[in-house]
Amino acid sequence: MDFISILSIFVLACFVGYYVVWSVTPALHTPLMAVTNAISSVIIVGALIASAEAGSPAAKYLGLFGVVLASINIFGGFAVTERMLAMYKKKEK
Amino acid sequence: MDFSLLSAAAAAGEGGTPAWAMLAYLAAGVFFILALRGLSSPATSRAGNRNGMIGMAIAVATTLVTHDIANIAEIGIAIFLGGIIGVTIARRIAMTAMPELVAGFHSLVGLAAVVVGFGAWLDPQSFGIVDAAGQILAVSRIELGLGIAIGAITFSGSVIAFLKLSGRMGGSPIMLPARHIINLGTLAAILGLIGLYTVSPQGGAAEGWMIYAIAVLAFIIGFLLIIPIGGADMPVVVSMLNSYSGWAAAAMGFTLGNSAMIITGALVGSSGAILSYIMCRAMNRSFISVIAGGFGADAGAGGGGGAREQRPYKQGSAEDAAYMLEQAEKVIIIPGYGMAVAQAQHALREMADKLKEKGVEVKYAIHPVAGRMPGHMNVLLAEASVPYDEVFELEDINSEFSQCDVAFIIGANDVVNPAAKTDKSSPIYGMPVFDVDKAKQVFFIKRSMGGVGYAGVDNDVFYMNQTVMLLADAKKMVEEIVKSLD
Repeated sequence: MDFISILSIFVLACFVGYYVVWSVTPALHTPLMAVTNAISSVIIVGALIASAEAGSPAAKYLGLFGVVLASINIFGGFAVTERMLAMYKKKEK
Repeated sequence: MDFSLLSAAAAAGEGGTPAWAMLAYLAAGVFFILALRGLSSPATSRAGNRNGMIGMAIAVATTLVTHDIANIAEIGIAIFLGGIIGVTIARRIAMTAMPELVAGFHSLVGLAAVVVGFGAWLDPQSFGIVDAAGQILAVSRIELGLGIAIGAITFSGSVIAFLKLSGRMGGSPIMLPARHIINLGTLAAILGLIGLYTVSPQGGAAEGWMIYAIAVLAFIIGFLLIIPIGGADMPVVVSMLNSYSGWAAAAMGFTLGNSAMIITGALVGSSGAILSYIMCRAMNRSFISVIAGGFGADAGAGGGGGAREQRPYKQGSAEDAAYMLEQAEKVIIIPGYGMAVAQAQHALREMADKLKEKGVEVKYAIHPVAGRMPGHMNVLLAEASVPYDEVFELEDINSEFSQCDVAFIIGANDVVNPAAKTDKSSPIYGMPVFDVDKAKQVFFIKRSMGGVGYAGVDNDVFYMNQTVMLLADAKKMVEEIVKSLD
C-alpha cells in the first residue's frame, strides 16, 4: 500500500478509536487496558515476518524472540481479560 | 470461497502481499474494533473479547500463510512457549496485582516493537521496504526510527511503572536535578538521530550506530520520564504507556503497510490517551504537570513532621459501626486503594450482604482515580461478586450523599477531601470529590491517624462532627463489623 492509503486508514482508525473508547463503561476500564494490551501484540505479525524469512540469521532469532514476547501478551492479555469479565455479574433478581 | 479473482488482483497488491491477505488484515482490524465496542457494557464484553481473539487468529494465520515459512516448527515452539507463560501468568495473578501486570505486559509490547524494528532493519527485503538499489526507503527509515524509539520508551517506562506498582521500588518520586533539560535534550537527540538516519546515504549496516543510539537513548528517556512520577499518579502513567504501546504498533504497521497493525495501533493509542485524559481530569491536573512529575514528593516531610496541629476526632469500634449501619436506610460505600492493599473486598461484600438482608440499601461509589489504574476498584468488587449494577461512578451518585444515612469510607482519602472544593492552596484543589460531608454519618476506616493521603494533605472529614474514625486494618475491621452484625 502506498503511504497515503496507509495514512488514511490510520487517521480514520484514530477517529473510530476515539468514539469507541469513549463509549466504554468506566467500570470496564481495567479490562479495556488488558484487552488493548493483547491486541497491540498484533505486532507479532512483524515478528513472524522477521523469523519466517531467513534473509538474515540475526533477524530470524530476533524475530523468534519477538514472537515469544508477543505471544505472552496475546495469550496472557486475552486470558486475563476473560477472567476479569467473567466476574462481572448483574444482581440476582 | 473462490480466491482466483482475488489472486488475479494480487498483482495490484504492492510489496508482494496478495489482495486477499490485505482484506484479511482489514477484517482482523474490524474484529479489534468490535472487541473494544463490546466493552461498552458488561453484558456484551465477553463476546467482545472473543472478537479480539478471532481478529488476532486471522492476523497470525494470514501472516503465516503468505510468507515462506522455512521454520514453522521454531515459530510454533515460540508461540507455544509464549502462550504457556502468558496463560500461566493470567491464571495465577491476583486481581489486586492487575496494575503491575498490565504495566508488565506493556513493557513486553514495547520490547517486541524494538525487536521487530531491528528485525526489519536487518532484513529489509523481507519487510518489503527497500528501493530498487536495495536501500531502505526514506519513509520507512522514519517509521523504523520512530517505532524503535517509542517501543524502547514503552519498554523501560513500563518496567519502572511495574517496579513501582509492585512495590519492588519505592513509590515516591525520584527527582534528578535539571531533569527537564536532560529529558528535552535526550528527546531532541533521538529526533535528531532519526532525521540523520533518514538522510544518511545507505541506512544499512554502516549507519547502524544511529539505530543503536536511538534505541539506547529511548531506553534511557523512558526510565527518566517515569522515575520522578509518584505512586498516586500511576493511573495516568499506566494509561499513557498503554497509549505508547499502541503508537509503537502503529509505527511498525506503517513500516509493513499492514492495516491490522495500523488500526490496532490507532485504537490502542487513542484508548490510552483517553484514559490518561479521564484520569487527569479526575485529579484536576494537566497532563503536562503529571508527566513533569514530582507530585507528592514532599508528602513525607509535611505529613510526618508533626507540623500538623492535633485536632480532636472521634474514634469508634466495630460494634458502634455495626449498630449504626443496621439502623441505616441507605449506605454508600467508598472504596479506595487501601481496600486493595488490605484485600478487604470479600469481607466488604459480606458486610453489604448482611446489611441487605436487614433491608438496608447499599451502593458503592467509585472515584475515577481510586486505586492504581482506571477501573481498578470495579474489578476488585466484581471479584468479590458485587453485582455491577450496585456500583456507581462519581457523577452518578454524588447527589445521593445528602439522602444517605451512612457514608462508609474504606481505604480512600483524597477522593473525599473537601479541601478540593474549598481550599485554593491545597494541592488537590479543583479535583472532583465525593460530598461525604452531606451524609448524616460517616465511618472512615483508616490504618492510623498518622498517615495522610498521597497528596500529603490533611482531611477535614476526619474531624467532622458526624465522622467516626475506625482505626484498624481495613479487612480486620470489616470482618469484625460482619461478626457484630450477626
